[in-house]
Order: sequence, then structure tokens, then C-alpha cells
Amino acid sequence: MDFSQFSHIFWSVPTNEVPAADWWIDVLRAFVRILVPVFFVLLLVPPLVWFERRLLGFMQQRQGPNRVGPEGIVQTIADGVKLLMKEDIIPSNVDRTLYVLAPIIMLIPALVTAGVLPWHPSLVWGAGAPNVDIGVLYLLAWSSLAVYGVVMAGWASNNKYALLGGLRSSAQMISYELGMGIAVVTVVLISGALSVRDIVFDQSAYGWIKDAAHTTAHHAAYTWGIVHKPWLGFLNPWHVAQFFPMGFVAAFIYVVAMLAETNRSPFDLPEAETELVAGYHTEYTSMKFAMFFMGEYANMVVVSAIAATLFFGGWTTPIAQLDQWDNTAVGWIIPAAMISAKIGLGLYFFVWIRATLPRIRYDMLMSFGWKGIFPIALGNLFCVAVSLTAGYWAGLAVWIVLAVGALLIVANLDSTKRFTEKTRRRSVLGLYASAQPFQMPLVKTSNGAPPVDGRTAAEELVK
Amino acid sequence: MSLWDDIKALAEEVKAPLTGLSITDSYSRQPRVTIQYPDVRRPLSRRARWRHVLNRYENGLEKCIGCSLCAGACPANAIYVKAAENTAENRVSPGERYAEQYEINMIRCIFCGYCEEACPTQAIQLKDIYELADDERKDLIYTKEMMLTPAPEEE
Repeated sequence: MDFSQFSHIFWSVPTNEVPAADWWIDVLRAFVRILVPVFFVLLLVPPLVWFERRLLGFMQQRQGPNRVGPEGIVQTIADGVKLLMKEDIIPSNVDRTLYVLAPIIMLIPALVTAGVLPWHPSLVWGAGAPNVDIGVLYLLAWSSLAVYGVVMAGWASNNKYALLGGLRSSAQMISYELGMGIAVVTVVLISGALSVRDIVFDQSAYGWIKDAAHTTAHHAAYTWGIVHKPWLGFLNPWHVAQFFPMGFVAAFIYVVAMLAETNRSPFDLPEAETELVAGYHTEYTSMKFAMFFMGEYANMVVVSAIAATLFFGGWTTPIAQLDQWDNTAVGWIIPAAMISAKIGLGLYFFVWIRATLPRIRYDMLMSFGWKGIFPIALGNLFCVAVSLTAGYWAGLAVWIVLAVGALLIVANLDSTKRFTEKTRRRSVLGLYASAQPFQMPLVKTSNGAPPVDGRTAAEELVK
Repeated sequence: MSLWDDIKALAEEVKAPLTGLSITDSYSRQPRVTIQYPDVRRPLSRRARWRHVLNRYENGLEKCIGCSLCAGACPANAIYVKAAENTAENRVSPGERYAEQYEINMIRCIFCGYCEEACPTQAIQLKDIYELADDERKDLIYTKEMMLTPAPEEE
């Protein structure tokens, strides 16, 4: 066949079946397809680092990097070049194999995980691996592998601080993986599908409905006896809004767990610089450190992509009716733009949280994971199960009973009382409320003394 | 505390991070307090004491008369003045003498401004020229030519 014929077959998108005209065409397509998520994640890392530093700067009322390139966007490239030019030190007493392997293991799961996340409903070009039937299991399996990079780095470095960082990280990731897994299982239960593609279809009310009718997701939905209708009449039935409080709670738990899984603030104890120098990557320099850095940020991208896909509708638009695009150029841009925008919002959230919340203490982290996130996720899952078998109102009733019961018990716990009294949030909140942005002092008095508030002084006298 | 108070305390704990988020969000839209230093400079106080400047009269004659009072007042012994006689052909300052050589060691100078106070003709002044860093010790001995204000153009 000549080239035009080939390209016609290669790029053509039959709506709902994988054409198997020639097996090697499928293989070629798979190679091209798999490049997209890998390059998306890798190329997003430098702008993301710039974005984080700049936004953190804005939130702290300073400039952030703005010298290299327009608005400083090339700053990260300059930093990367600097890192690569540095000497690559391997300390003498490290376990060389693990030491070299650790940064690789940190980066690879992030890139591999992105493979099953769809940016378009198409079965041919819709994702790196569009039709993985156990996509959710694949996500969970690979995202739990990232911890090995951290632990191996901590162990291989032969440094007590690195080891402490690695150990903290393993305990933390395993603890929060439970909550995260249960939140994901909630989604699987709602959508009745393990394929990520079907989970996204399940969140679209009208779009591609003629294709979706054939997918397992909707078969499953019909077996549950539910078909998701648009929320408030016009919003797509994203899982965050499904079974109202329950989908939201699951999404919230996933978001918290995703902060912990990526070792991001406020759960960045593995690299707590006030305690552990730099945590697990203390001994790393140059290219290897750059790979840890890239792995962390690639993980951020992937994890927010997963959150967007599982809870916030993937490639679907918020308005249900807008989803009825066709197999045209626009029909390809809209879904890709939607998923990209959602990933971007997720990343903004990451940075926002980092600018706001201080790092929590380690025992608080553990008790929050095991006594907070985990039981809430479990109870929430139970309520979703009740909703699916006995109807939404039954599930909601169980949810309310559980929530009120849990609130009464928790509010009465001695440890809770001690915590709330100790933190004295009331007075701190008052300080926050009265906080003013810093300004250069412009005090002008005749004798150079600071102005005295006469009223306060008088009140002092009265007392 | 009653149960209701406990619940309220718990609710405040839950609300606190959200309050924090709203605060950081509002700050991200406020004007930034830092400035782009080499491009933008904050004005200094009028009494800022940085590098010395040797002044001239409006007709171009130097104010310094080479009296060495500044050198005497200097607590760090940073000033060296060598005076020379004014002649009819070579009139540099209005008085009898002028400073032929005037050097300040900027490594020793403590910017106290006593030289400025001691000067009877207000020839030496500490101005707000504050970028004095250098990587050569010799270059930090400022000579008369470096500190003298430029002569007005002769017409």
C-alpha cells in the first residue's frame, strides 16, 4: 500500500471498534499512542516547577522567578542545565545498585501510570492504552510502586537521615494507600466498571451515549438498576456529585490521600528539611537528584490526572449537553482541553495547599490516616453499597446516621477535647482575621516616638 | 464544656484549613511588597550615609581647601589629605590651599559622617550611593577623581 493509503488507515478513527486490518498497524499505533502521555507528563514538569514557585511567590506577596524568559518560564530549564552540569557524586559506602536504581524507580511508575488515563473516548487514539479492562487495578498497582523508589533511596544512601525519610515515607504511603484505595473502590462501585474508559463514560450523561451504550459501564449501570442522570438537570454526573454526600466524601478522601501519596505538603515528612536535612534524597546530586525531582512532579501531574478522571469527569465537559461533539477536529480538541484543564486545576490546588498548610507532626499524620481517613472512607463505601442495593434514600439515611454518630463520639473523645483546647484555634483565628498585609512603616511623629493609641492607654488606666 | 461546645470546637478545627486557603488566595491577588532591585530602587532617606562626594561651587571651583580637619575627625583613620598651594595660574579652590591628593580607604571607613560634620566648607558629603562592592582591595581606596563631582561645562 502507498503512503496515503497507509496514513488513512493509520490515523482513521472508527468510532467503536479496533480495526485489525493488519496487526502491525495496531502495534505501530500503540507505539505512537504511548508517547503522548509520557511526553505530556515529562514536558509538563518544567513549567509546573516554574508555576509552583511563581504562584507560591504571589501567595507570599513576592515575585517568584521572573528573569529567565518571559515571566521566568525558562527558569526551570536553566536550573535543570545547572543540575546536569554538576558532579555526579556516588558516596563511597552506598549500596550502589539500589542507589542508582532508586531515582529510576521513582520516575517510571508516574510515566507508566499515565498510560491508561484517557483524553478522548476513542478506542484507537483515546489513551496510551485505551481499553485496559482492569485499568483501576493497574493504577493502584503502579501508584503503590512509587514508594519503593523512596525506600530504596533511603536505605541505599547509608545515611541515618535518609533512612528515616525513607521509613517515614513507606509508613505514610502505605497508611494513606488504604484510604485512597477505598475511595477508588467507591468509584468502581458507583460506575460498576474497572476500565478507566468506562468510568469516564459513566460520568457523561449524553455525550457519546450511542457508543457508551455498548460499553460495560452502562451494562453494569443497568444491572445496578441505575442510569446516572445529569446533576441539577444540566451538569454531567461526575462521581464527585454522585449520591451526593458520598461521592464528594470519596473525592475529598482521594484528594487528601493524593497529597500524602506524592509526599507533598502538608504531608511532606519524608523530606522534612527541619528534621531530616533533605530526607531520602540527602545523598543525591546532579542527574539523580534531578530525577527524584522530576519523579515528584510527574507524580503530581499523574495523581491529579487520576483524580480528574475518576471523580471530576475525565474528558467530559461540566455541562452535559456540551458533550455531544462529533468525530471532528473540535471533537478531538475539546476533550483533551477538558482533561488538561482539570489537571491544571489539580496542580493549582497542590500549590495552593503547599502555600497554606504547615507540615503536620508525624503522629498526627499517622492518626489522621488510620483514625480519620480510613474509617471515613470505609463508612462511605458502605453507604454507597447501601445506596446501590436499597436505593439512594436508604443510603443517605445510613450516611446521616453514621455521620451524626461519628460526630457525637468524636466530639466527646478526651483526645479531641485535649486537641481542640491545646490548639486554641479561637484566638489564632482572631489573629488571622485581623491580619493585614505587610506594608513599609510610614510613621511620622514630631518626636520620633511611635504613635500611642490613646483609647487603649485610657482603657489600661481604667483597669 | 457541653457536647454542643465540643462539636463547635471540632467544627472550628475543620474550618481552619479552609480559612487558611482563603487567606493565601486573597494574598495571591494583592500587590507584591518586594521590588525588582536592579531595575527598581527604593528611595533612601535624605540623611542616608553612604559613599562620600567632594562638592564644587557653582563656578566650578572645588569646595575642599585641604585643611585635613576631616582626616583629623575620622575615627577610623581612613582619610588621607595632601594639600598644595593655590597659585594664580592654577586656582583650584577659592582659599589659599587645595587638596592635591584626597583618598578615602573604603574598607576602613565606618560611614559615621564625622568628616562631613568637621568640614568647614561642606566640601565632603556622604550621599546615597550605596553599591560599593568590589573584588580588589586596591580599588577600594577611593581617590579624589573618583569622588569629585564633575566640573560644570565651560561655556
